[in-house]
Formats: sequence, C-alpha cells, structure tokens
Amino acid sequence: MTDRFSDRKFIIGGMIVLPMLFFLARLFFLQVIDPSYKLSADSNVLRNVTQYPSRGLIYDRNGELLVFNEPAYDLMVVPGQLAPFDTAEFCSVLDITKEYVDEEIRKAREYSMFRSSVFLKQISSRNYAVLQEKLHRFPGFYVQSRTLRKYPRDIAAHILGYVGEVDNRIIADNPGYISGDYIGITGIERTYEKELRGDKGVNIFLVDVHNRIMGPYQEGRFNKSATVGSDVTLSLDAALQEYGEKLMQNKIGSIVAIEPSTGEILSLVSAPTYNPDLLVGRVRSRNYRKLASDTLNPLFNRALMAHYPPGSIFKVVNGLIALQEGIVNERTTYSCPGHYTAGRLTVRCRHHFSPVAMQGALQVSCNSYFAHNFRAILDHPKYGSVTNGFNVWSDHVRSFGLGERLETDFPNELRGNVPLASYFDRFYGENRWRSLQMVSLGIGQGELSVTPIQMANMTAAIANRGYYITPHIMKSIENSEIDPAFKKINQTSIDSVWFEPVIEGMYRAVNGPDGGTARMAQVNGLDICGKTGTVQNPHGENHSAFIAFAPRENPRIAIAVYVENAGYGSTWAAPIASLMIEKYLAGEISASRRWLEQRMMDGDFINRARPVNTVTAAGEQD
Amino acid sequence: MSRKINIWANLDWISVLVYLILLMTGWISIYSAVYNDAHQSIFDTSQLYGKQLIWIVAALFIAAIVMMTDSRFFPFFSYFFYAFTLLMLVAVLFFGTEISGQKAWFQFAGMQMQPAEFAKMATALALAQYLSNSKQKINDPRELLNIAVLVFLPVLLIMLQPDAGSAIVFLSFMLVLFREGMSGYVLFFMFVLLILSVLALLMTEVNMILLLVLLAFISHLVLGRNIKLSLKAGLLFLLISLTVVGVFFLRSPHIQLEIKLLVAALTSCFILFFAALKIRKKYAPLLLGLLAAALVYTYSVDYVFENLLMPHQKSRINIVLGVDDDPLGQSYNINQSKIAIGSGGLTGKGFLQGTQTKFNFVPEQSTDFIFCTIGEEWGFAGSFVILSLFIFFLLRLVYLAERQRSAFARIYGYSLISILFTHIVINIGMTIGLVPVIGIPLPFISYGGSAMWSYTIMLFIFLRLDAGRTEFLK
Ligand SMILES: [Zn+2]
Repeated sequence: MTDRFSDRKFIIGGMIVLPMLFFLARLFFLQVIDPSYKLSADSNVLRNVTQYPSRGLIYDRNGELLVFNEPAYDLMVVPGQLAPFDTAEFCSVLDITKEYVDEEIRKAREYSMFRSSVFLKQISSRNYAVLQEKLHRFPGFYVQSRTLRKYPRDIAAHILGYVGEVDNRIIADNPGYISGDYIGITGIERTYEKELRGDKGVNIFLVDVHNRIMGPYQEGRFNKSATVGSDVTLSLDAALQEYGEKLMQNKIGSIVAIEPSTGEILSLVSAPTYNPDLLVGRVRSRNYRKLASDTLNPLFNRALMAHYPPGSIFKVVNGLIALQEGIVNERTTYSCPGHYTAGRLTVRCRHHFSPVAMQGALQVSCNSYFAHNFRAILDHPKYGSVTNGFNVWSDHVRSFGLGERLETDFPNELRGNVPLASYFDRFYGENRWRSLQMVSLGIGQGELSVTPIQMANMTAAIANRGYYITPHIMKSIENSEIDPAFKKINQTSIDSVWFEPVIEGMYRAVNGPDGGTARMAQVNGLDICGKTGTVQNPHGENHSAFIAFAPRENPRIAIAVYVENAGYGSTWAAPIASLMIEKYLAGEISASRRWLEQRMMDGDFINRARPVNTVTAAGEQD
Repeated sequence: MSRKINIWANLDWISVLVYLILLMTGWISIYSAVYNDAHQSIFDTSQLYGKQLIWIVAALFIAAIVMMTDSRFFPFFSYFFYAFTLLMLVAVLFFGTEISGQKAWFQFAGMQMQPAEFAKMATALALAQYLSNSKQKINDPRELLNIAVLVFLPVLLIMLQPDAGSAIVFLSFMLVLFREGMSGYVLFFMFVLLILSVLALLMTEVNMILLLVLLAFISHLVLGRNIKLSLKAGLLFLLISLTVVGVFFLRSPHIQLEIKLLVAALTSCFILFFAALKIRKKYAPLLLGLLAAALVYTYSVDYVFENLLMPHQKSRINIVLGVDDDPLGQSYNINQSKIAIGSGGLTGKGFLQGTQTKFNFVPEQSTDFIFCTIGEEWGFAGSFVILSLFIFFLLRLVYLAERQRSAFARIYGYSLISILFTHIVINIGMTIGLVPVIGIPLPFISYGGSAMWSYTIMLFIFLRLDAGRTEFLK
C-alpha cells in the first residue's frame, strides 16, 4: 500500500541527520579544533584539589579571640597515578611503617583507582616541610591543606562544641556534605554551622608524570575559590567564664549568667568540663571515647540538660503568683511555730521571727508561709476546684519559661517538668486529690524539675520585673543577623507591680538586717538580691542552689548556680554566685572576700575531700 | 491469506548487527568507565560491567522470544498492553520505591523495573493500532484530540512521578503523526515555540522587541507577499516601538518589565494594524492575533520558568543557556563532561587510559554520561563512528518502516525511530552541553537492564513485524 505522504520520509530522514551532523560538527570543534580542552602529552593528568574554607573565627563579647584556625595537612593518594617509589625513604619522612603504607594503598585502591583518598591525616608541619621537598619522588601523592580549630584559652568547651568529619549518617541527613568534609557536631559549632563553615572551592591543576604541578588548568577558568566562614561574636564574657570554671573545679554542677535586659548569656559553666583541644584533629576519637566513658560525664552539658527540683528558689515564683492572683497581699502574715503541720503531714521549718509576711518569709525562707500560701492558691473558691486552681498556678509558672524548652541557640536543651492537673488526675484519679498532697510544690520540691538555664532565665525575668528575652549566646554574625526571636520580649503573666515586694524579700535574704539566708552572698555596694535553695536529693547529699541578680535597680547580671551534693544553698552556691557577680560588676574580688574565693576554689565534691573547718554562717538554712 | 515463511531468514540482519555492535560498545565502555584494579576481569559479575553482560545475554534471549512470537499478537494485544502499563504507572505512584525524589521504580528481588520505559513501547503499539484502524482524517480536530489523549495519558502519569525526562520523550510521537499526514504547520509551530521559549529566557526587553518585530515582519511578508511593503512596515514598527519604549521606560528601572512589554505590545499592535490595512484587510486580525499570542507565550515561558520549575531544573536550563556558571554545582558536571570529551582529541587517549571519566567525575559516568568515556578514550574518531552508527541505524529503520505493507507496522516503526532518536539527541546533546541535563540513557550503550530490555523488545517487535511483512496482506 502506498500513501501520499510517503515522500515525507525524506523530510524525516533530514530531521534525523541534521542534528546529528550538527553534533558531529560540535564534537569536531570540541575534540579537534578547540585547544582549550587539550592536555599536552607529558601533563596529561588533571588534579582536582578541593579548597576547604577556614571556619569563621569566634570572639567573646569584648572582642577576645576564643577560637581560631591552624593549618593542617592531609596527605592524599590517587592509586591510579602511583608509580614505584622508595618506600623506606617515604616511611622515614612520615614516621610510618611499611605495613601502614600497604594497608592504606590497598584501601584507597578499593575505594577508587582515580579518585583521591586520604592517605595520612594531619601530618605535622615538620614532616610536611621535609615531604614538600621530596614529593616529586612520590607520584600519585599530594598534600591537601585543611584547617583545625585552636583555642587560645582552654575554656567554654560546652558552649563552643566541636567539629568533626562527617560520617555516612550525617551525609544522609545533610545534603551537600561529602566524605571528608567537616561539620559542627555540638555547641555553637553546630547551631551556627551554616554561618561558620563557608563554601568549598576547587582548583584544577595540570600535573605532569613527575608529580609536579604544571599550573592551573586553563588559567583557572574552571576553578572556584573557597569562601571563608563568617566570624561571629558571642555574648560570652571570656574572663567571667574562666573564673566560673575555676570556681566550679572539682565540683559537679553549673553556673548560668545572663544579662537580663538583652537575654545574652554572659557565662555558662557545666562542671566537670574538659579541655576543648582534646576534641580536635587526629586525637579526637581517642579522647572522645575516654571522655564518654568517664563516670562524671564531662561531655554532658549540665547547664542545659541537668534536671533538678528548684527547691526553695521556687518560693519566689509562688509568692509572685499569690500576689498576682490576689490570694495574699504584702501585709498578709502567717505564723510559724517552726514547722507546718496539717493532718499527718509535717513540713519542718526553723526558728525565726514570727508571724511573717512576704518579705520576711523570703528573707528567712519560711516553709510554713509558703505551704499556707500555696494551699491558699489552690483552694481559693474563685477557681471552683483544686484542678482549676492548679492549672492557673501551672500556667503562671510556665510563663516564666519553665516546663518547656527555652529554644536558646544551643542544640541540646531539655524542657524540665512543670506538671499539669491532668498528670495528677491520672495518678490519683480525677478530683481525687487535694491541695494537701501538693504542698511540696509550694516549696519547690515534688514533681517540679528545671534546668539551670531555666532558673537563670527565671531570675532574669524577676530582675526585669516581668519579662525575659530568650537566652542566647550569639551576639553578632559577620554579614548576617541573629535570629529575631532573640530580640523579642516574652511577658510573664505577672504584672510588674507585684515584683517589688518579692525583690525586697530577695534583697533582705542577702542584705537583711537579721536572719537572711544568703548573707554570705553580700557584697558591699552591689545590692545583690538572691534566694537560696537546698534541693533534697534522695540519692545522697543535698544539692546547693542559688539564684541572684544585681544591682537591684537596672540589673546587669542574673545568675543561677547549682552545686551537686554540696549541701546548703547558702554555703556553696550563694558565695560562688556572689563572686561571679562581683567579678563581673566590679572587675575583681575585694581583699576582704579573697578567703571566700579561695575556699570556693578549694572545695572538692568529686574527691569528697571537703575542707574540715567549714565556716557556718549564722542561721544557716536553705 | 497467509504464507509460512522463515522469519530468521527474513530477519534484517543488518539492523541486528548494528544493534550488537552498540551493545558491545556499551559493555566495553562501562568496563572502562568504572575500571578497577581489584576487579580486572570484564566478566566479574560483582561489577557493573559484569552485570551489564548478564543484561545483554538476557536481552538476546528476550529478542529471540519476541522473534518467535506470532506477529498478529502485537496489534491484537496492543490496547491491552497499553491499559496494563497505565495501571503500572498508577501503581508505581503508590507502591514504587522513591529514588532521589522520583517514584519511578518498582523494586523486587534486587531487580528494578521502570514502568515509564515500557509505557513508551505500549504507547507506540497503541498509537499504531489506533491510527492504522482509524477511518478519520488525521487533521480532523476530533481525531487529533483522540491521539492527544492516547499519548498524553501516560505522560501525565509520568509527570506525577515526577520524571520530566521520560515525559519529554513522548513529544517525539509528533514525528510519527507528521509521517502519517499531520499538517507540517504543527511541527513548524512546535519548532517556533521551542525557539521562542529559549529566546524568552535569554532576552532582555529590547531583544524581545526585536524578536517581535522580526516575527511581525515575517508574518507580514508571508501573508502580503510584498517584500517592500513588509520592510517598510517592519522598519516603521521597529523605530516607533523602540522610541516609545526607549524614551519612557528603559531609563526607569522602577517600572515592571510587564508594563514595558505591555506598552511595547500595544504600540506594535497599533502600527501593525495600519501596516496590515495596506495589504489585505482580512489579514489584519490574524496578524494582531499572532503577535499577541507570541507576546503572551514569551511572557508565560518566563513565568513558568520563574515560578513553576524546580530549582535544579532551572539551573540545568540556565547552564545550557550560559546564564549562570557555578563550577561545583550543575555546570560542574557539564564542564567535566566537556573536558573529558574535549581532552580526547582526534584519536583519544586509548582504551582504559581515560582519566577524566574516572577521576572526580559526575556520578552517572556509566549511565547517562557514558558517551564521555567514548569521547575521551576514542577521541573524535570514536565519537564519529558511534554517531555514524546511530545515523545509519536510524536511517536503516526508516528504510524498513517504509517497506512495510501494513500501516500498523509502519506507524510502529516510526514510533520506534522517534523514541530512539530523541534519546540519542538528548543524551549526547547533554554531554556536550547543548541540551539541559535530562536523565535519560543512551540506547543500547548506557548501563542498566530495564532500559536495555525495553529498547530490545521495542526493536525486535519491529524486526519481527518486518520479517513477517509478507505473511499477511492488509
Ligand atoms: Zn518558718
């Protein structure tokens, strides 16, 4: 059967042949005419050398350098370009064995004949200098320069975090990273990885048969230069951080200090800590294993992740809630016979002036007052039920940033626990529980748990009379802005007028005329306001806790200190906090308090060798 | 009436020979592309080249089975097969394995199957069956609509995966329709659209106006057949629109491109309208319509490009157009590909001597970028031989298609030619930087069983039909 379109076969044939001829012409141009792709006979190897950018530098709030980069050299091998070489000389230059050479070359061959593998990581600069001279005798090898993190002061390991090489799991989760790349694994190296890392580049070189670089391929037309990472400035005060770490030596616990008006973290100590240099370079994996198996868990960032009941510190919040809800006023008093008893329950207090109102109760940390106070909130008829009353209380507590992650710029922060009424409904049954069973919450024990950074943030909210700015460590980033969330004001549910009586109580606790619980924290002229806590610890000695801010008007620092197994809040946490405040506000410790500084630094709760002659402050209680 | 004939004797052995040469070239190139000291044997089945040999042997078996099938089977089952692949294309969206963002593969027992590959074949069979039995004229709009539905149903499903590369291949059926009598204007129209799309992405507003002027001039000329008049109209048109746009707009960067274009278009329309009046009144609306359509189209290309394409698709197109250049990103692959092919020179570096294709190169060196290995190791000589082989092969198939007595076999043959042609042009075009990187393989040469089997079946169905062309007279 013939059809009238049969002639179209010629058109179709032409449509097939024409583009193919065009391709042939293009190929002829590309392969034969255009000289730019040609390689000469004796430099027929191209080497793509990755340019690794150096990570951004990290400064503290005063412009002091905290982290910089040091050059390091990796020896690379391309098995397909290897030629026989003098193994003995090679080994002696690099201080390696012949077995190592054979093994690494075998591994590299297995990976790829023509792609480069790392042969020897981070060769010393001395070996590098010698090798440089002799590299032409070892075809197939070349040196790849990298940079490693370096720390002028061995401080703030938990804040800075560390950098490591990506593994297969990280590559799978982070597109754009390939084997051999570095990535921030913890701390701000991780949070600000995108800003710090910069962009990789590549240089394509022509290499001759003698392993000599003949120059850039095509005048570098295909090269891409690396972009260094952005420098960043932290809100951290390096001197204060170092001082805090010294005070916390041989102790377990943490210090968090925040500038209340900005939410900037001034210091964040987690003890025990480690030297950040330990987790850099070739020694990293060995040291990491050692640190990870340490029973004191130095890698654990207690400031963000340790959960403690807040203890008596929490009386401050319960006082504020009662004032806000109109349950008590400044003049409401409860009498205290030295204990609080209801039914079969007894909460011990100590002997102090009685009856007490809000300021006095905070000054002496009266358990009876806050037991009454808390039950009065829950049982107040205006809520209709204990459940409702409890939820009102719980909502107020949460408005201080407790019970949820603060969403700071640290990657691994925990949320703590502020129970809801539903929790007790499940535990006791709906409407089967009374305020009496909850009474321990009134003095900061029971189901409550908080992290040190949450306590410091709560203190900042009190110092600000009712609001906080999410704590953060990043102050500024070169060519970029910090997260706007770190400028936002978070209001608590307490009106600012209710803070004055509570702050007066905190002031008296430190500077009070008589019977203040934290008189060890008093520093002349600094107007420190604080509250001690002694956290009951069923597993051993109580934890010593203290929150404070100073000065009373226009506060510049809010701080929380936890020292595990150290006993009373007034003996360890309060003096440490006061020394930190004094260091920050005054610049140095006054001569009259040097003995206290010495005693704090000497304190040892890890090796259990506590100083014998413990000085007991008058009326020492939590 | 039917006659018994010896299909093996009637088999077009020339095509089979070229087919085998291409398969062997692919096998050897894959060996060279992924060559590894530790596995020197080309028969090592733990390596890609060993596996490819298994696919090849299996493909030959499949070819033999196809050859022994009764040729009445293919038209008879074509609709059934078409429906079945549509089902598979739906199923793969639900049960397929997701590989780099595409749900295009079925995986079972360590094997992979890509329904889109078989959809090409099924559509070719169904189209041949439909066209060969249709009583309607092909240029009848209803008939064109039917054909469009038949072809675009699988395209739609493939776009959902999403696999733009495979979907584009279906456009090649236009060639078949052209052979069967579809108006040549449709092909020309498609070609103009393609050119406009490319230009729309490259152009600034000034160039766009020049383009519109050129278009107006050509249409004016075609319709009026008066070169002097057209030149006058075109020149006037150009001058006035450039002046208007130049004076009022180009100096103010605050005015949106759209507004500039709108003004340019309105001015142009106005001028053109008067120019057209001088030719023949009845053409004026047509001219205006054409111009407006071209304007809307060029603008919509920009819109689609900016708003609807994925970033990687954008960057692939930009690289081919030379718009942006990032050596480590998309264009890194193209650069490396060009370096590899370019460094091959006239005669190449020799077997296993290619370094570029093995060294820090694109990941798809044995599949989509296999042509680089050929270009690098065998030079222009090798490229020439392979391209010539392909040209010869395609022309041979055209010859075979034309000698068919049944419309079914001829239409199917042209479908096969169109599909192979599109693959070859896109694949080689992308390795030399003339076509955006669309992940489709080079037929018979790239690594991979699924595609190779699919092309083998497609080819041998045609060769079977050809061998039996004298069996039945239609
Ligand atoms: Zn009391």
